[in-house]
Amino acid sequence: MNRTWVVIPMYNEATVVGSVIEGLRPVFPHVVCIDDGSSDGSQDIARAAGAVVVQHPINLGQGAALQTGIEFALQDQMTRNIVTFDADGQHRVVDAAAMVTRLDAGEADIVLGSRFLDDRTQIGPMKRLVLKTAAVQSRLATGMNLTDAHNGLRAMNREVASRIHLTQNRMAHASELVHQIAEIEPRWVEHPVEIIYTDYSKSKGQSLLNSVNILAELFFR
Amino acid sequence: MLLIVQIVLVLAVILVSLVLMRGGTNARHLAIRRIMLMIFAVAAVASIFFPNVLTSLASFLGIGRGTDLVLYATIVSFFVFMATTYQRFRHAENALTALSRRIALDEAPKPWAEDRH
Repeated sequence: MNRTWVVIPMYNEATVVGSVIEGLRPVFPHVVCIDDGSSDGSQDIARAAGAVVVQHPINLGQGAALQTGIEFALQDQMTRNIVTFDADGQHRVVDAAAMVTRLDAGEADIVLGSRFLDDRTQIGPMKRLVLKTAAVQSRLATGMNLTDAHNGLRAMNREVASRIHLTQNRMAHASELVHQIAEIEPRWVEHPVEIIYTDYSKSKGQSLLNSVNILAELFFR
Repeated sequence: MLLIVQIVLVLAVILVSLVLMRGGTNARHLAIRRIMLMIFAVAAVASIFFPNVLTSLASFLGIGRGTDLVLYATIVSFFVFMATTYQRFRHAENALTALSRRIALDEAPKPWAEDRH
């Protein structure tokens, strides 16, 4: 496997981030956690688990953390691929590895995770509806025929990563990323991934009300 | 007539807000804001000395009382204020993000530097 950095935005994830990193490192030795001002000691746990920790001096939001992580990984001249991965343990390492394999095979420049390509992911009807609506919205806005526009698991090569410049610090970065990918026009594919909804990730994850925030941030940018 | 004035006002609010939100902080938009502020100030002073002028202007527009006209103008200027403040806040946030990112990346350990030794 070519050198791949796994970028994990992290904000107060002390209870899970250690095991997430330990799960990643046998497959991906290069893991960077972007700490977005955690106050629960996540930084030390991430370091102890073997990740590089890049520390935002103040809390900026997940989109800002992703962008910082991408820029960190690009500083390493050996970097060929970058994977974005959630800190709360809802993504699976095998899915990430399969996505990078597709990148290395030259099948695409960016591989986007989708939870709707198979029936592994257990998901509530309301959440499904919101995510499907978001996917339809991004399809209409960008022409990219995505099935899952708000999936945090992505793998991209260096060329695509170096052309991404997220400015939406908060939640709207997922939509912004899709818009930028549509403008870059890379070769892209979707890859079926499983999202593991634990009680923890549910409590940390976006509530349905947050879709209001996403829309507002997109409109008023 | 009242309905027409209301519709015009609503359109003015939306249009001005959008223009100022999209336009950024260049000199033209600053000039527009200053002109609007001056018109507002002159109207305010005029209404102190000639309160009837405002009322007759209001009744000409079909609003009724001069106070209502002032209220509508205040609403419009409040929305413009909100829009420009939001815009400035976004710029400040972007600058803060860039600065924080620079600090974060400069302070980060760079494991690949050790590979070369």
